[in-house]
Amino acid sequence: MMIAKEIQTAAYLFTSILFILSLGGLSSQESAKRGVLYGIIGMAIAILATVLGQGVEGHTYIIAAIAIASVIGVFLAAKVEMTSMPQLVAILHSFVGLAAVLVGFGSYMDPASHTLPPTEHIIHLVEVFVGIFIGAITFTGSIVAWGKLEGKIRSKPLLYTGRHAVNIVLLLICVVLGVLFVKAEGTDGMMYLYIMTAISAFIGVMLVMAIGGADMPVVVSMLNSYSGWAASAAGFMLGNDLLIVTGALVGSSGAILSIIMCEAMNRSFLSVIFGGFGEVAATGSAQAMEGEVTAMTHEEVANLLREAKSVVIVPGYGMAVAKAQYPIHDLVERLRKSGKKVRFAIHPVAGRLPGHMNVLLAEANVPYDIVLEMDEINEDLPDTDLVMVIGANDVVNPGAQDDPASPIYGMPVIEAWKADEVIVMKRSMSVGYAGVENPLFYKSNTDMLYGDATESMEKILASLKD
Amino acid sequence: MIVGIPTEVSPTELRVAATPKTVKRLIKQGFHVCIQQNAGAKANFTDKEFEEAGAQIVQTATEIYGQSDIVLKVKEPSVDEVDMMWGGLVLLSYLWPAQHPELLKKLALKKVNAVAMDAIPRISRAQKMDVLSSMANIAGYRAVIEGSYHFGRFLNGQITAAGKVEPAKVLVIGAGVAGLAAIGAANSLGAIVRAFDTRKEVAEQIESMGASFLTVNINEDGATASGYSKEMSKEFIDAEMQLFLEQAKDADIIITTAQIPGKEAPKLILDYHVAAMKPGSVIVDLAASTGGNCVLTKPGEVYTTTNGVTILGKLNQLPNQASQLYGNNLCHLLDDMGKAEHFKIDMEDAVVSRAMVTYNGSINWPPQPLPVSPAKPKTESAAEKAEEKKVNEQQLAKKQATSMFIRLTVIGLFLLLIGQFAPAEFMQHFTVFVLAVFVGWQVIWNVSHSLHTPLMAVTNAISGIIIVGGLLQTTNDLSSPLTILAFVAILVASINIVGGFLVTHRMLKMFKK
Repeated sequence: MMIAKEIQTAAYLFTSILFILSLGGLSSQESAKRGVLYGIIGMAIAILATVLGQGVEGHTYIIAAIAIASVIGVFLAAKVEMTSMPQLVAILHSFVGLAAVLVGFGSYMDPASHTLPPTEHIIHLVEVFVGIFIGAITFTGSIVAWGKLEGKIRSKPLLYTGRHAVNIVLLLICVVLGVLFVKAEGTDGMMYLYIMTAISAFIGVMLVMAIGGADMPVVVSMLNSYSGWAASAAGFMLGNDLLIVTGALVGSSGAILSIIMCEAMNRSFLSVIFGGFGEVAATGSAQAMEGEVTAMTHEEVANLLREAKSVVIVPGYGMAVAKAQYPIHDLVERLRKSGKKVRFAIHPVAGRLPGHMNVLLAEANVPYDIVLEMDEINEDLPDTDLVMVIGANDVVNPGAQDDPASPIYGMPVIEAWKADEVIVMKRSMSVGYAGVENPLFYKSNTDMLYGDATESMEKILASLKD
Repeated sequence: MIVGIPTEVSPTELRVAATPKTVKRLIKQGFHVCIQQNAGAKANFTDKEFEEAGAQIVQTATEIYGQSDIVLKVKEPSVDEVDMMWGGLVLLSYLWPAQHPELLKKLALKKVNAVAMDAIPRISRAQKMDVLSSMANIAGYRAVIEGSYHFGRFLNGQITAAGKVEPAKVLVIGAGVAGLAAIGAANSLGAIVRAFDTRKEVAEQIESMGASFLTVNINEDGATASGYSKEMSKEFIDAEMQLFLEQAKDADIIITTAQIPGKEAPKLILDYHVAAMKPGSVIVDLAASTGGNCVLTKPGEVYTTTNGVTILGKLNQLPNQASQLYGNNLCHLLDDMGKAEHFKIDMEDAVVSRAMVTYNGSINWPPQPLPVSPAKPKTESAAEKAEEKKVNEQQLAKKQATSMFIRLTVIGLFLLLIGQFAPAEFMQHFTVFVLAVFVGWQVIWNVSHSLHTPLMAVTNAISGIIIVGGLLQTTNDLSSPLTILAFVAILVASINIVGGFLVTHRMLKMFKK
């Protein structure tokens, strides 16, 4: 069966609408599931319309590739732990980048593209070149991001002097290669394409290597954006509007996420992309720490919980690492049953992915209406009896508000210290990702509870049951 | 140093300036405490208790006034009492200096250093000695208790086997300490509470105590630098009266607490308001001692009007509790003045210098006003500031308009340039691209923060649409490099699609209320 070009265009248009609805559906939890369904239907229609379109060959290979990929995809999606979502997202980004590179090369090798009229041909070559450039950066950048998130690559930013100059020189070389490439006859430009791919792959690696762990949410969103632009570029080179539209949707989505993350850290997008936190943090906080750090036992914490009427829990990446969301859920249920007001305060950049904490808490069945954003809960904190900070550090650092020398000065933070009592659950006194001392720990109303978050939670639960 | 506490002579004054507990505190501060026989009787404190606390019981007031360095009293002293005082005595008592100029003269003549406890400035530091607050707290609480005693129904709503009971509606006028205490007490008894105040800044406090804030639609703020309210314009008062009339028809208990320092209490509830009220409803007038907020209030009396409205012009002072709080306020002041050892009248001190109404034979009243407000300081040049802000905004808007114009011009020129060289087909794709970016931009801003991770996963899945590129490039010849490239592209893109959608689905399934 073959379908006409017009029908195919109509199907693509319909798919675009479904994709837009799919993203729009994510505006609330209720409509989100329907949104995913729209996305799946849209994708199915798009693939069918393409395969059934004119001039598509090699159906056997297509089916084989999709079948193999589906098995891998199902396996990946079913196996992944919610705590390692960031890694999965990063590796999926790299796939899009890789596909864009491959499609770009394919498009260049496709004999059909060389019969175009001269102007169209030049434009096509530029599209191929740009598409591969973006694709390669996305590909290697995502792999490095994955490595950092997985802990296979040191999360400390790799910075060397003159790296900006090196990047600019590399970029200029790419432009020169681009000009040579466009001028080359037939497929003679392949050599330039190879060199450019290698260079852009290198740029991708260096770009992400230079970014510290705390900025990972920004990097992941940025790569999300790049993967969209790569798809869009592929759309231009193939003259396919569906690819252009979808790529643009994904691209702007990633860009918005990056902006939101940057705002949450009070940093400009450029400073995140071109410099790591570590650079500034090396100088450290100029403010000397006053007061003493006091520690508590599990029994004492349990007693505090018994007496508190309102409790706010501030989770951070430490909760994800310790997978403490399950015992936390048990504790919250227990406290809620005894009539206490328990809520969660989520900082926009808590975790390694935008919305990471929400997903983990949802996984542990924490009802989403008690999970609040930083802005929603900050004004309630002075009336809160007890704040439990679990594996979070920089997002509750009072230095961001009152210490202009602090590298994170000006970043909006959860004002945990305003509550009557604060308990910080931490493995040790080490600094957070920003590498900054946290004056919160030294405040008189703050007590530390050292140890693995899951173990501590279980011990507190046991004490509460006594 | 000797601190003396005489028995209050006024028959209506049930409180006493010290309790066994505060006596212990005074002794700890280093004072020797003498208390007149039966001083605490009306407040249920026995001489025995005072003795056990360490006080020396003295028979007559003459001895107290003659021997003590410092005298603690509740009600302002009578002429006879002033006659018993000696020059240099320090007196801590209610004095109401604005209402009693004669008394001040007499005290000055006697060279008594008198501290008017009611004149303690209402600043944060002096809160612990603020007797007006501590007494108002009691009054507010008591207003609800006695009001509901005279009101013949429950305050809370109930649905019982014997039928449904509507909750009572309580209107509190004036949200000072007494008003807020009344709101809290009425709210905790289950009544529906509304509150009115001319100061807009207290709306938040009213709401925090559990009442809804009533206001008139005239933009005038009654707040003054001293923390009290000022008198309002006629226009405002008319609107206020109208509001009270509406509320009077609806309310079951009205508690009025509006007082202006040194003046007669404002008349807020007029005869036609009372006439509009339902029979059985109650008015508690906490301003009765300064003339009453209700025109029909009879100070010191409780009576019922012809249309069945009970008006309370007096309240039980809870002398035991009130004495305890008042005594604590006094202890705090003495603590601030240096206790027994370093006792000193420091006329540089912001609190003492203002409350010390007679000092070394001269009258120190009225004091310099001290700006203190619970809210942010207001500048007089508010209008000027607004003007300035307006100008700034205009300039900003102008600037923004200019930069927007420049940007649009640049974008326009850029597009023109592309249009000049690019072929028609490219322009068409470019149009689609730009519009899609805008659509994406609008749609994504609506995405809820908590769904950002699913958003990334779903965009991941749909960016797998790049599979289309691979699909179009596959050929039947597996040995051609093009097909191999396309095959790999399809493979990775499909992993993205399947993995992305499934993992999104998995995540969303977890979100539940």
